[in-house]
Amino acid sequence: MFEIGLSHYLTVAAALFTIGILGIFINRKNVIVILMSIELMLLAVNINLVAFSVALGDLMGQIFTLFVLTVAAAEAAIGLAILVVYFRNRGTIEVEDINLMKG
Amino acid sequence: MVIQGLAFYLFALMTVASGAMVITARNPVHSVLFLILAFFNSAALFLLMGAEFVAFILIIVYVGAVAVLFLFVVMMLDIDFARLREGFLNYLPIGALVGLILLVELLLVLGAWAILPESELRVTAPAPEAASGLTNTEALGNLIYTEYVYAFQVAGLVLLVAMIGAIVLTLRSRPVRRQRIADQVNRRPEDVLVVRKVDPGEGI
Repeated sequence: MFEIGLSHYLTVAAALFTIGILGIFINRKNVIVILMSIELMLLAVNINLVAFSVALGDLMGQIFTLFVLTVAAAEAAIGLAILVVYFRNRGTIEVEDINLMKG
Repeated sequence: MVIQGLAFYLFALMTVASGAMVITARNPVHSVLFLILAFFNSAALFLLMGAEFVAFILIIVYVGAVAVLFLFVVMMLDIDFARLREGFLNYLPIGALVGLILLVELLLVLGAWAILPESELRVTAPAPEAASGLTNTEALGNLIYTEYVYAFQVAGLVLLVAMIGAIVLTLRSRPVRRQRIADQVNRRPEDVLVVRKVDPGEGI
């Protein structure tokens, strides 16, 4: 039980990813929490990448983690900027109201 | 070994628990703080795995930049959070169903999966031997600045574009009245003055 292997880390990542999905479903109105759920899912992906990288003795996974981190930071910055502009124009951040583009 | 196992269970439990608090907390400020806790605990998990560089990058980039950005936005916007919570329970059954199915599938994959024996031979960037004295950070640096330097540059470009995009989106140029000396000096009476002859009792 105290022998920690690859599958332990993968289980944690699976649980975290599921929590992220669940967060998107139950916080349908709050965009900020949805963005945070996406961050949680990216974190789960990072845990997977690093776990496999260490288990296989291949540094490529850790390099890829850095790129995932970069994209996550860029995504958070752009998403929050869009959120601020939207709030400035509409005075609310309810996702259900965001249907101006009829997408 | 026992200490390591206990540490793993502690950090893993804290990561998952604070992840659950992120999506259920009433106040988004608390959500952000729990997100920071989740990042710290997963950084500890990375340390347990032996990936120090990624662990510290996680703390510096995620906690230092992304989470603080979230905190700024949550505190800057004047949002009625109670209204945003409405309908929280409406979506809970379907969300729990989808989450449960996904979790079961992921765990099934985990149970029925094995590493291909030849994958040991296909390692693209072998990790340094412990005897070589090369740390994780040095080994990663040796790779990033040599073989993957173009990918590294593109990552920097992504950040630059994101920064410019965020500034362009949120920049608001208010009309500011300034004194323009040249315009004042160039102003001539014939441009702005008109002399009219007004007949008595008619007006213009």
